[in-house]
Amino acid sequence: MGKRTAIVGVGQTNHRSKIPECNGQELIAIAVRRALDSSGLTIKDIDAVVVGNMDHFESINYVDMWSVLGFAGYMKPVLKVTTGGTTGSAVGHAAFYHASSGLFDVVLAVGWEQNSESDTTAAIVTHCEPLIERDFYGGAIGGLASQYSAYMDGYGATEEDAALVSVRDRHNAALYNPYAHLRKTITVEDVMSSPYIAYPLRLLHMCPRSDGACAVIFAGEEKAKRITDRPAWVLGVGNSHGTTYLGDAIAMPGLPSLEKASRDAYMMAGISNPFKQIDVAELYLPSASAGVAWMESMRFCEEGEGPKFIKSGVTNMGGELPINPSGGVIATNCIGATGLIRIGEAALQVMGKAEKRQVPAAKVALATGFGGCLWSDATILGSKPRLD
Amino acid sequence: MSSQKQEEKIEELLSISSIVDVPYNYNAGYYVSQYLRELKENRRILGVKCPKCQKVYVPPRVVCSRCFVQTKEFVPVSDTGTVMAFCVVTVPYTNPNTGEPKKLPFTCAYIKLDGSDSNIMHCLEEVDEKKIRAGMRVQAVFNEIRIGDHFTDIKHFKII
Amino acid sequence: MERVAIIGVAQTKYQRNNPSSHDEMAFEVAQKALEDAGLSIEDIDNTVTCTNDFWDGRTISCMTITDASGSSKVPTTNVEGDGTLGALMGLMRILSGHFKTTLVVAQSKGSVGIPGLITNAIFDPLYERILGLDAINSAALQARIYMSKYGITEEQCARVSVKNHKNAKNNPYAQLPLDITVKDVLKSRMLADPIKLLDTSPVSDGACAVILSRQSATRKISRKPIWIKGVGHCSDTYHLGDRDLSDVSALKTAAKRTYDMAGISNPLKEISLAEVYDAFSYMELMWMEGLGFCERGGGGALIDSGITEMGGSLPVNPSGGVLSAHPVLAAGLARIAEAVLQLRGEAGSRQVAGAKVALAHGIEGACGQGHCVFVLER
Repeated sequence: MGKRTAIVGVGQTNHRSKIPECNGQELIAIAVRRALDSSGLTIKDIDAVVVGNMDHFESINYVDMWSVLGFAGYMKPVLKVTTGGTTGSAVGHAAFYHASSGLFDVVLAVGWEQNSESDTTAAIVTHCEPLIERDFYGGAIGGLASQYSAYMDGYGATEEDAALVSVRDRHNAALYNPYAHLRKTITVEDVMSSPYIAYPLRLLHMCPRSDGACAVIFAGEEKAKRITDRPAWVLGVGNSHGTTYLGDAIAMPGLPSLEKASRDAYMMAGISNPFKQIDVAELYLPSASAGVAWMESMRFCEEGEGPKFIKSGVTNMGGELPINPSGGVIATNCIGATGLIRIGEAALQVMGKAEKRQVPAAKVALATGFGGCLWSDATILGSKPRLD
Repeated sequence: MSSQKQEEKIEELLSISSIVDVPYNYNAGYYVSQYLRELKENRRILGVKCPKCQKVYVPPRVVCSRCFVQTKEFVPVSDTGTVMAFCVVTVPYTNPNTGEPKKLPFTCAYIKLDGSDSNIMHCLEEVDEKKIRAGMRVQAVFNEIRIGDHFTDIKHFKII
Repeated sequence: MERVAIIGVAQTKYQRNNPSSHDEMAFEVAQKALEDAGLSIEDIDNTVTCTNDFWDGRTISCMTITDASGSSKVPTTNVEGDGTLGALMGLMRILSGHFKTTLVVAQSKGSVGIPGLITNAIFDPLYERILGLDAINSAALQARIYMSKYGITEEQCARVSVKNHKNAKNNPYAQLPLDITVKDVLKSRMLADPIKLLDTSPVSDGACAVILSRQSATRKISRKPIWIKGVGHCSDTYHLGDRDLSDVSALKTAAKRTYDMAGISNPLKEISLAEVYDAFSYMELMWMEGLGFCERGGGGALIDSGITEMGGSLPVNPSGGVLSAHPVLAAGLARIAEAVLQLRGEAGSRQVAGAKVALAHGIEGACGQGHCVFVLER
C-alpha cells in the first residue's frame, strides 16, 4: 500500500521584507509559475493543491479559500493545513501523503506569508493559552531565548557561539542565494554589537520578517519519472508536536520534538549515522541559538557539544555537512513558506538544481521544520528511490 | 526599468490600514476554573495529579499528556520554585489581550514550583538579565485584591 | 483504493455556551471514540485535528487540543478546514502506507466569539469586508440568486427546516429538536432577506471524533467496520462576484469523483441516506442538485415529493443536520459520524431501515466555496 513519491519541481519568490507590489495571491502565483516552469508542467497537470498559512497572520479567516486565485485552485481539490511555524513543512508532508496515498498523482504544495501586512508578534502571542500563558509570553523570540539561556547555563554555550551560526547562514545567503531576503554578510562583532531583543538573543541572532511564497510539486512514482529524470525522492518523514502548555516542555536540553521527528525520518529512510550519511541539511533555525543547541537533537553531535560542533566549521560550505546553503531562516523567514522552502531547497540539492548554492554530489538531504510551539518536522530526500 | 521610475511606480502603490478587532469570551472550563478560584480565594496554587504516572501538572488540565488518562486529583503546590529558563523581552509589539503596546521590558520566566513536575510561565519582578540565572529560587507575590485572573492575582515572582 | 474503515465515532451533546473548554470537549470525544472502537490510545499511530484560529480566538488553535487529542504522542497534523477534509487527510495518511489507524478530532466553540465578526473576516479585506458581509447575509445573496433562477420558493426552503428540526427530536446530540411548521418558519424573525431565523443554523459548541483504520488493523475492534468507498473534494473560486452563486459545479466535481470511486452511477437509487451540510435551509436543496439526487433546479420539487423525509426513499439529514446543531468544523465530521451510526444500525430512533450505503458531505468557506463528499458502505 502506498506509492513512492518524489518532488519534481520547486519555485519561490525573491523574498524581501516588503513586497508591496504583490498581494498574497500574486506572491503565490509567482512561486507556482516558477515551480511549474521548472518542471515543464502546466496548472492543468496539477491534480490537487495543499496550502498553508495562519489565518491570524494574514487577518483573513479561511485564508485558503481567499488564496485559491494564487494557485488557480478553481475547480480543483484544495485542502489547508495549518500548524503554526511548521506549516510550510506540514504542507509539504500533507502533499506527500496526498500523492503517496495514490488518490492524486501530481500535488502542488503552497506556503506563503505576507509578514509586512501584519503585526506578527501580536498574532503569534495569541497562540498561548489565553488565561494562563498569554500575558507573559515573549513571542516566539521569548521561547527561544528562554531555551538558550537554559542551554548556556547547562553547557557553557555563549552568545558568540550562536553568532557563528548567523555569520555562516548570512554568508551563504549573500554569496549563493539570489532568492534570500537578507543578502549581506555579517561578522561576529556585528552580531555582538546588535541590541538585545530578548536576552540572551540579539537582533542579529534572529530571523527577519519576510514576504514570500514557495511552491513545491510532488508526484507519485510513475508520474515523477515521466516528469523529470532527476526527481528528489521522499525517503523519510517525521513529525512531533509538543504539549498544549509550553511550560511542560521548556528547559529540556536540545529540542525533544526535533529529536523525535528526525529519529522517525531517519528510521524510515534507513539512516543510522546521520552525520555521515546526510550530505546537506536545510534546517529551520528560527534563531542562531538553535544552530548551537539543537544539533544534538538530530544526532549530528553529542549532548552539550553544540558549541564545539559549530566552531569546527564542518557545517560551512565546503565542510563535511554543509548546513543551510540557502542561508536558511536567519536570512529569510516568510513563516508560512519557510518550512516548505527548506524542503524545496533540500530537493533542489539532490536534484542537482541548486545553482550557486549546490553542494557537489549531494545525494541525501535533510530538511526540518520548526514551530514556535516547539513542534518539529523532518524530511529526508534522496537522489535515488532508496538509500544505497 | 530605471531606479527612479521604479521608485515612482512603488509610490503609486496603495496600502489600506485596517484593524481586525474581535472580542472573545473564553471558557476556562472545569480545570482552569478550579485553579483560578483557588488563587483568588485562598492564595493557593493548584496542580493536578495523573493517576497513572503520578506526575503533577500546573496549571490543572483534563488529561495527562504522557498517559492520555483523565486527571482527577487536585493537589496544592508550593508558591516557591526554581527558575528553569527565562528571557528579558524588549521587542515592542501589541498586546493582543488589550490592543495596547506591551509594557517593556518584562521578564518571561518558566518556573518549576516545588511539588510540580511541569513549569508554569509567569513574569519576574527583576528585569535586569545580569541579575537572573536559571536555577534561582523564586516566590510568588500575590495581589491583595484578587479577581480570579492568573495574570493579576499572582503579581509576579520575586527572587529569594 | 485500499480498504479503510471507520471503526469508532463520538460526539458531544451540541449546545450553545458549553461550559467545558476546548480541550475538555476534545478529550471527551477522543476517549469516547476509542471506547466505541474498543481501542486504547496505544492503538492510535497518528492523529489529525481540525481547529480554526478565528473561531477559537487563538492562533495555532490546534495547540489547545494537542494533549487532549493524543497528538503530543504520535505524528500529527492539523487541517484547518471542515471535519470532512480532516477525515480525508486521515484517510490519505493511512493509504500512504505509513500509518494504520488515525484518530481525527474536530471542535469549535461558536459561543466564545462573535460569529458575525468572525465570518466577516472570511471576506476580502480590500473589496468585500467593508460591506459588512458575514455568513448570514452572504448566504442570503446566494439563496436569492438560487431561488430566483430556479423558482424555488421560501416555503420549499422552510420545509427543509421543518423536516430537519423534527428529525433532530430523535437525535440525543442535537441542539435544536423542534416541532415547527412551515408557517412558523415563514413568520420567524427576518435576518437577511430571504433568510429567517428558522432557516438558519444555530451558534454551537461541540466536538466530534472518528477513528479510521486500515483493513488489516480492524480485526481487533469491537464494532462493525464501515468502509470508505469513495471520497472527493473540490473548490470554487473565491470572490463572490467571480462566482455564479447558484452554481454547484464544485460540489458536482467532488461528487463525481466520489461516485466514480465508489462505483455509483445512480445516486438517488443506490444511496440509502445522506447527511449533508445544511448551514441554511436553502443549502440542502442546492446540495441535493449538486449531488445528483435531482436535476438542476429540482431541489424544490424534491423536498415537496417527500423522498428526503424519514420514511422516504432517500432520507436526508436523519440526524437533524447542521440546522439542528452547527459546531463549525465538527459539523462536517459529525455528518460522517452519523452516517456511520446509521450503517451500523446503531442510530436509535433516527435509524433509516436497511441502510447500506450512506453519503456524508461538508463545506468550506463562504457560500459553500469548497465541498468534500464521502460515500460509506456497510
